[in-house]
Amino acid sequence: MDRRRFLTGTAVAGGALTFQAALPAWARSGSGTDLSGMKTLSGSRFDLQVAAAKHLIDGKQGRGVLVNGQLPAPLLRWREGDELSINVANHLKTDTSIHWHGILLPFHMDGVPGVSFPGIKPGEIFTYEFPLIQAGTYWYHSHSGLQEQLGHYGPIIVEPQGSDPVTYDREYVIVLSDWTFEDPHRVFAKLKKMSHYYNFQQRTVADFFDDVQAEGFDRALSERLMWGAMRMNPADIADVTGATYTYLLNGHSPAENWTGLFTPGERVRLRFINAAAMSIFNVRIPGLPMTVVQADGLNVEPVETDEFQIGVAETFDIVVRPTARQAYTLMAESNDRSGFARATLTPELGMGAPVPNLRPRPTLTMKDMAMDHSAHQMGRSSMLGMDHSTMDHSRMGRMGHGEMDRSAMTNGNHAKHKAQTHHHAKGPGVVGLAMNPTHRLGERPAGLEDVPHRVLVYTDLRALDRNPDVRAPERELELHLTSNMERYMWSFDGVKFSEVDGPIIFYKDERVRLTLVNDTMMPHPIHLHGMFFDVVTGATSDAYKPRKHTIVAKPGEKLSVDITADAPGDWSFHCHLLYHMHAGMMRVVSVLDEKAPA
Amino acid sequence: MAEARAALKKGHGSQVNTLILGERFEYQSNDNDPLTVWEAQGWVGGDIQKLWFKTEGEYETEKGQFEEAEVQALYSRAISPFWDLQAGIRHDLKPDPSRSYAVIGAQGVAPYWFELDGQLFLSNEGDISARLEAEYELRLTQRLMLQPRIELNGAFSDDDEIGVGSGLSTAAAGLRLRYEITRQFAPYIGVSCNRAFGKTKDLARADGKDSDHVSWVAGIRFWF
Repeated sequence: MDRRRFLTGTAVAGGALTFQAALPAWARSGSGTDLSGMKTLSGSRFDLQVAAAKHLIDGKQGRGVLVNGQLPAPLLRWREGDELSINVANHLKTDTSIHWHGILLPFHMDGVPGVSFPGIKPGEIFTYEFPLIQAGTYWYHSHSGLQEQLGHYGPIIVEPQGSDPVTYDREYVIVLSDWTFEDPHRVFAKLKKMSHYYNFQQRTVADFFDDVQAEGFDRALSERLMWGAMRMNPADIADVTGATYTYLLNGHSPAENWTGLFTPGERVRLRFINAAAMSIFNVRIPGLPMTVVQADGLNVEPVETDEFQIGVAETFDIVVRPTARQAYTLMAESNDRSGFARATLTPELGMGAPVPNLRPRPTLTMKDMAMDHSAHQMGRSSMLGMDHSTMDHSRMGRMGHGEMDRSAMTNGNHAKHKAQTHHHAKGPGVVGLAMNPTHRLGERPAGLEDVPHRVLVYTDLRALDRNPDVRAPERELELHLTSNMERYMWSFDGVKFSEVDGPIIFYKDERVRLTLVNDTMMPHPIHLHGMFFDVVTGATSDAYKPRKHTIVAKPGEKLSVDITADAPGDWSFHCHLLYHMHAGMMRVVSVLDEKAPA
Repeated sequence: MAEARAALKKGHGSQVNTLILGERFEYQSNDNDPLTVWEAQGWVGGDIQKLWFKTEGEYETEKGQFEEAEVQALYSRAISPFWDLQAGIRHDLKPDPSRSYAVIGAQGVAPYWFELDGQLFLSNEGDISARLEAEYELRLTQRLMLQPRIELNGAFSDDDEIGVGSGLSTAAAGLRLRYEITRQFAPYIGVSCNRAFGKTKDLARADGKDSDHVSWVAGIRFWF
C-alpha cells in the first residue's frame, strides 16, 4: 500500500489555517471532571493535520507548528492490541514528521526523517500503520528541524488490554513544555555565538564577596581560580532559560493556571510528560505525597515520594490521594530555577493554593566535573595548592588527562579507582574529560540534594513486571557524552552526527550493555528509539530493572543500561535536549537482521 | 531517502552561522582633539572553519579625517577547544601611505577567562610588527560588566613613513563599564589611556602630535 498521498486542492488551501487559543479539550483549564469524559481523539484511525498556526500565550500571539491547531497536540487514546492507522497531513511549507516516542513499532513507522523514512513533504499525507504491543503513557512529536520547540508535541495514553494494576478514580495528563516567542533557529544561532546568552543567574562579584564571608577569602578565591583555570562555569545549569521561555503545563502559562478538579478521597492519577525542548523540571505538590506507579510508560512498583525530577522526554505516572477539601499547587520548577510551570488541583473552581517561591539556582560541584573523589574531599584550597606549573591548562580540560592525574594528583588515593579511559575523538569540540566518573543513579539531581523531603532517584524504581529478557549482556559498548560549551558543540565520542561515518551496529537479538560516560557538565536525557533501556540500577542479575526509553545522565556520571536488540532496522539515538541534538549529539543505531558473528 | 539522510546529517551539526560584533564604537575625549574609534569583527562559518573579518580605526572628529583605518580578512580554524588559528591579509587605508600585510594570529580564551588576540604582521615593505589585545570581563551584576582591556603594538623594524619605530610602539589600557540592556546591545562609559614609546613617540612628536593622552570614552557594544 502506498502510504504517501498528496493533499487535494481544498486541503492544501487549509495550509493557511489559523487557530486561536486552540487548547485541546483535555487541556482546557477547569473544563472537566476526568479524561474519560473529555473530547480526545480515540480509536484506531486518526487524521492529524500539521499546520502553521497562531497561538496565544499570556495574551501574546506566537507562531507555532501545531497538530490540529492545538497546543499541545490532541491527546491520542489508544488500546493495546489495536492496529493503528494514522494519516498525517502536512500543511506546512517545509517537511514534517511525527515520532511516536517510546512506542515499539516497525522502524519505518518511527517517524525520523533520514533514518526511518524520507519525511512528510509539504502537501503530502503519510499514513502510519502499526500494531500496538504495549500500554502506558507516551507522547508524540515532530522529528523535523526544530518544530518541537514550536508546539508540535502531544500526549498518548495506551490503555492496557488486561486489567490496569494501577487503580484510580480520575486521571489527568500533565504535559510540561517550554515556549519561546523567538524563532528557534535564532535561539540556536544565539547559543552558537554566545553560549551563556540566556543565563542571567551567573556568579557575580557580589557572590564572590558572599563566599568570602561564608568561607574566607582564600577558599573563595581558590574556588574561583579553579573554575577559571578550566574555563568552566559552575552556574551553567540550563542553556535556554526563563529569560526567553514561558514554561507551560498543558499549554497554560503559570498565569493561566491550568486547574484540575478532584473530589476529596479520590485517587487521582497524573500522567506527567516532559515535552519541553530544553527544560528539565523538578515536580512537587506541596502537601501531597506522590506515589510513582509508572515510568516511561511501563509500570513500576509503587514508590512514594515528595518530589521528582523529570528529564526532557521522560514520563512519570503518579497517584495522589487528596483527602482534605483544599486546593494544592502542582509546582514544576525548571532545574535552573529560572522559571516554573504550575497547575492547581482543587475540589472546586476558584479555590487556590499558595505558589512556592523559586528556590536558589544550584551550583555545579567537583563531582559534576568527575574529579577524583579524594580530590573532592581535599577541599577547594588544597586543589589550588597543587603545582599548577606541571599542569598544561590548555590541554587539561576538566582535569581529564593522564598527565594530570599522575603528576599533580599523586596526593589522591588513585589506587582505589580504575582510571576512566577516553578512546574517542578530542579536539575543539571536547573540553572536559571525566577522569573519575561516578555511579550516580542513586543520587538526587542537582539542586535537590538538601531539600528536607523525599526525592525520587532512579534506584528507587523497580519494574512491576519481570524483565522480558534477563540474559546477561554479551558485549559492552561505551559511549561518551562530549561537549564544548563555549563553542556550543555537543556530540557523542567527540564526533558530531554531521561528521559520523556509519551507524552503531547491533546484531539481532543480542544483549548489549551500553555504558554512558558523561564528560560534560550538564545532565543529558538520552533516548534510544525502538528499544527500551533496562537500567542497571543495582545488581546485573536483577530481573526487575526499571525499563526506560529515556534516561538522564548526570554530569560526571557513568551509567549502564542493557538493551535487547530485538528491533531490526535503523533507529535514532540522541540527547533529547533539542538544541544539543541539533548541534550533533545524535547517532543512528542499526540493528542488523543477522546474528552477531561468533 | 538518500536526500533525507543528507539533510539529516547537515541538520545535526554542520550549521553555518554569522556573527557581526561591534566591540567598540566610541567617542574618546582625547584631550581637546576628540576621536571616534571603532573596533569590529565578525565571521561566517561552522564550528571549526570560519571566514573572519576585523576592522578598527580612528576618525578625528574636528579635522574630519581618518587617522587610522584597518581591515582584515582571515581564514580561521579552531585548533583546540578555546583557540582559533587565523591567517589572512590586512590592509590599512590610513595612515598614509597605505600598507598591506600578511597576517597570522591566534584568538581565544586563556585560562581564567582572559580573552586574547595576538597577531603578527608582515608588511609589503618587509617590516614585521605584532599586536596583542587582552580583555577580561568582571561581572558586577547580571547585566553590568566591568571590562579592563589592554592593547600592545610592537615592531621589529622602523617604518618611518607610517610613524612606527622598532620596539614597543604603542600601548592602550582601558577600563569600560558596560550595561547590557540586552545581550546584544550595551552602552558603556570608561577611560582609556594611550601612549607611544621610543622612536614611535619621537616620530609622532616630530609630526606635531601628542601621542600620550588619557580619554574619557563613551560608546556602544552590539552584535547580531
